[in-house]
Amino acid sequence: MTAIEVDTVVEEREPIVPGAPPPAPLWLDFWRGIADDNPVMIQMLGLCPAMAVSNSLENGIGMSAAVIFVLTCSSVLVSTLRRIIPGEVRLASYILIIATFVTISDLVMQAYFPLLSKTLGPFVPLIVVNCIILGRAEAFAGKVKPLRAAVDALGMGVGFTFALCTISAFREIVGNGTLLGHQLFGPNYEPWNFMIMPPGGFLTMGVMFLVMGWWGERQKAKAKAAEVTV
Amino acid sequence: MISNLAWIFFSTLLINNFTLAMFLGLCPFFGVTKKIDTGWRLGAANTFVLVITSISAWALNTYVLKSAPYLRTIAFIVVIASMVQIVEMIIKKTLPTLFRELGIYLPLITTNCAILFLALVQTTRKYTLLEGLVFAIGAGLGLTLALTLMASIRERMDVAEVPAIAKRMGLVMVIASCLSMAFMGFAGMGSG
Repeated sequence: MTAIEVDTVVEEREPIVPGAPPPAPLWLDFWRGIADDNPVMIQMLGLCPAMAVSNSLENGIGMSAAVIFVLTCSSVLVSTLRRIIPGEVRLASYILIIATFVTISDLVMQAYFPLLSKTLGPFVPLIVVNCIILGRAEAFAGKVKPLRAAVDALGMGVGFTFALCTISAFREIVGNGTLLGHQLFGPNYEPWNFMIMPPGGFLTMGVMFLVMGWWGERQKAKAKAAEVTV
Repeated sequence: MISNLAWIFFSTLLINNFTLAMFLGLCPFFGVTKKIDTGWRLGAANTFVLVITSISAWALNTYVLKSAPYLRTIAFIVVIASMVQIVEMIIKKTLPTLFRELGIYLPLITTNCAILFLALVQTTRKYTLLEGLVFAIGAGLGLTLALTLMASIRERMDVAEVPAIAKRMGLVMVIASCLSMAFMGFAGMGSG
């Protein structure tokens, strides 16, 4: 009798999964994806779409919306199925789940936003191989409850959107003189076409990393100075 | 016929280089390019997978997916994943040293966007088997070229003095930008 009771109590609790992320409040799960663990700026995942479709803000927003949808849906589904999927075939199962949602978003985009779908071209189906999504499924969603997985996925998605929109807005303003298609400068503005071409993408990212490096060095120097005075 | 094939080959190798002009396969491009040897070997492994993928994507399109084109993405990724698994097993058995050197980047070929991109684009452009093969070889050599170039620059960078703010990725990105700019010079090739 007592043995059965003990068993049921244990079953109700979440089993401890090896390598599971430590418990944290939900807002922290969300915030981490935007700041400390930003997928593009800090983890450097998903660089291919971040550069390939960032030549105008409109493309950036369309791509981000698709990524948020796929990331959230697949994280929730992976997390829901985490006890059913055997460990040996988990990666293949994750990829299949992701591919399903990517196909859905691709078809929806083709039906409702045909123009956007044409400009993004093969980069929408390529969300399947976006490392952010598989990375979250493997590192987070496969080990926690669905609610946490959803919040984490949303945070990562918003972090990706933030990075992608910053890069694409910068490239569109400098490279084309427009923002979302609106002319920003007078007719005498000579657009710096280089920035919307491929090397401009690498250069924008490079400048972004340089600024972040500069910021990091400054913080370090400040901390050191504070230590000395104490 | 031959000129068409040559055009496909050179345009994917140089003008639309997968890494430097289309931003595909950037993870290995920034991740494994610390040594020339690993760089070109990973390029070779990628080329091999690209060729196999091209053949299987063509077969899938011709014989299976005609009645269900909406299953394309899912079917391609499953085929690519299993192909990479096979290649991994073969390399592990025959070239254990290479297997150890490539490490995590070997299974990660599955999630290299270049592979899926090749399968998708080859389908939308309706390439024949031969055209697809040439496309795959051109793309693979293009990847290898980009990886080797980047690796040789980074090997030299190891002994150079780099300011602290550029230590992480900044400088590598700017170098990639310069390489990409150099490749833009090939863009005029087709018009002449």
